[in-house]
Amino acid sequence: MKILTVEGVNKSFGGLKALNNVNFSVEQGAKHAIIGPNGAGKSTFLNCMIGRLAPDTGTVMFGDISLTGMKPYEINQVGVSRVFQTPEIFGDLTLLENVMIPSLAKRDGEYALHPFKRMEHDAEIRDKAMHMLEDVNLENKRDMTASSLSRGDKRRLELAMCLSQDPKLLLLDEPTAGMSRADTNKTIDLLKRIGDRGITKVVIEHDMHVVFSLADKVTVLAQGTIIAEGKPEDIKGDPRVQEAYLGGAHL
Amino acid sequence: MLGLNKKDTGLFLFVLALIVFAPFILNPFPESSDLARFNAGYPDLMQRFVIFGIFAIGFNILFGLTGYLSFGHAAFLGVGSYAGVWMMKLLTVNIVPALIAAIVVAGIFSLVIGYICLRRSGIYFSILTLAFAQMSFALAYSVLTPITAGETGLQLSLADPRILEAANASGTIPAANFFGLEMRSGFDWAVGDWVFTFNFGYYLCAVFMLIAFYISIRIFRSPFGMMLRAVKSNQQRMGYTGLNSKPYMLAAFVISGMYAGLAGGLMVAVDPLAGADRMFWTASGEVVLMTILGGVGTLLGPVLGAGMIKYFENIFSRLNESDLNALFGFLPDFIQAPLVTVAQMFVGDGWLMTLGLMFMLIVIFLPGGLLEGVQRLGALVSRKKKTNEPSQPAAAPAE
Repeated sequence: MKILTVEGVNKSFGGLKALNNVNFSVEQGAKHAIIGPNGAGKSTFLNCMIGRLAPDTGTVMFGDISLTGMKPYEINQVGVSRVFQTPEIFGDLTLLENVMIPSLAKRDGEYALHPFKRMEHDAEIRDKAMHMLEDVNLENKRDMTASSLSRGDKRRLELAMCLSQDPKLLLLDEPTAGMSRADTNKTIDLLKRIGDRGITKVVIEHDMHVVFSLADKVTVLAQGTIIAEGKPEDIKGDPRVQEAYLGGAHL
Repeated sequence: MLGLNKKDTGLFLFVLALIVFAPFILNPFPESSDLARFNAGYPDLMQRFVIFGIFAIGFNILFGLTGYLSFGHAAFLGVGSYAGVWMMKLLTVNIVPALIAAIVVAGIFSLVIGYICLRRSGIYFSILTLAFAQMSFALAYSVLTPITAGETGLQLSLADPRILEAANASGTIPAANFFGLEMRSGFDWAVGDWVFTFNFGYYLCAVFMLIAFYISIRIFRSPFGMMLRAVKSNQQRMGYTGLNSKPYMLAAFVISGMYAGLAGGLMVAVDPLAGADRMFWTASGEVVLMTILGGVGTLLGPVLGAGMIKYFENIFSRLNESDLNALFGFLPDFIQAPLVTVAQMFVGDGWLMTLGLMFMLIVIFLPGGLLEGVQRLGALVSRKKKTNEPSQPAAAPAE
């Protein structure tokens, strides 16, 4: 069963055609990577899925729900979470609060005005948040302000925030960009672990090491068009992919 | 206690004590001393302390938690005042209907303005709120004169219907009261050379401030408060986390508008006169200053800031040359004369300069406001105490 179906998506910025008639689908439970050289339109593509950008034409279907025209919070409420290229966290809040907010959003919906409810009495949310922080090994820093974390920790925190919502589809935009090799490997392990929870993942990635460790299917995007799709091993040897990446130089 | 944790209970009791003992705390100098002119323990000023305290507490719920800087909150205060006076004119001089109307009308008004202004954020939001407040101000002076009485200000008159009250044959306008207890009633208590004034109007306003403060603590500690802080921190992320920030923002805006309405209602309860100048942009700016001066986003800060600005406005602005001469009278003449000349620039009409300087100093050196200053002092004291003890983890900053 397909969890995400993108059909005929076009997106232009002025004269630049960022996405050119993209058709794309993701199987339920798949670990799908989107790769491509800089400026290929990967992030634009993700932004069109999540409601940050509206595609000029085309449809994005999540199961049988059309995501086109929906607001970001509505898209999240149906079960799509996203990890950003630069970690988007609540910098002024503590780690625990950072993880409690998405759990509250999941449980209480897009808004719930409880001006008199006491946060510390909400054991369910609190325990879940603690559990999520343990999952990403940040439980000892739970009372720290999130902005004081290192970049790698911020990414792990953001991942915990997304996972605490038990999303059906998790979109990851370069989850290891700017990380040291050690941090990258830790993140890969973490992502592998959550793979067992049945969350469908779509990863945008530059780092081939990450792609081949994580994905079971790879889509290659270049100049706004999908040029190849298949198993990681097949993609590796595809001449079109090498051309797109290396500009036609011979290896 | 009351659903507050230990730290917040302490804070609440501290404010309670401040309020109850204000007549003593604000009158530290004996009547006959030169310093008596720095006494602030008279009913009019004490009422202003707590009323503006309420205004600032409410403003802080919006500005402190969400970071949305409204430059038009005085409009809600003004609307509350007008609603209050109208209730006293139409129904009764008992202040209860006046206060309820002030809160409700300001709430509805802020719902409308908030709905429109919150479509934008940052500087555009501030400008929109400013524009709305100035518009209300201009309307009150022009088209709405039948409701607002324009420049004269809306006040009680003998001919008012006051339908809930028995016929009044005394020939005077009845005084504002709370179920028979007049707002201006009270007594003086002389102890030696000190005179302490206890005023019913002040204590009634103080009870309202205490309730306002309590509600503000609960909001700060609730999931709602956490979401408001999330708005300030990263509104984008909120959206991608499945949260619609609009209802939260609007609720915060309306709550702070209702606080302003309550403050406006109390202002007319202690002095039944409502003028449009209460809505002028400087009045909106004043509450911004109070909040920043005291400490944005802290619980106690706005109360301190409001007290400080009102103290300067009322005490420093009244000092004149002869006061200064008396104050510096102990100095030799050749020092006294230049000192008085310099000091004169900062008192009387120059009090705004004092305020401006203080504001600059605090913003530069204590970005967290007066409360940060208090905390730093506290930290300094406890560090000195602890030199002999093993080091302990630093206390979390009190709010």
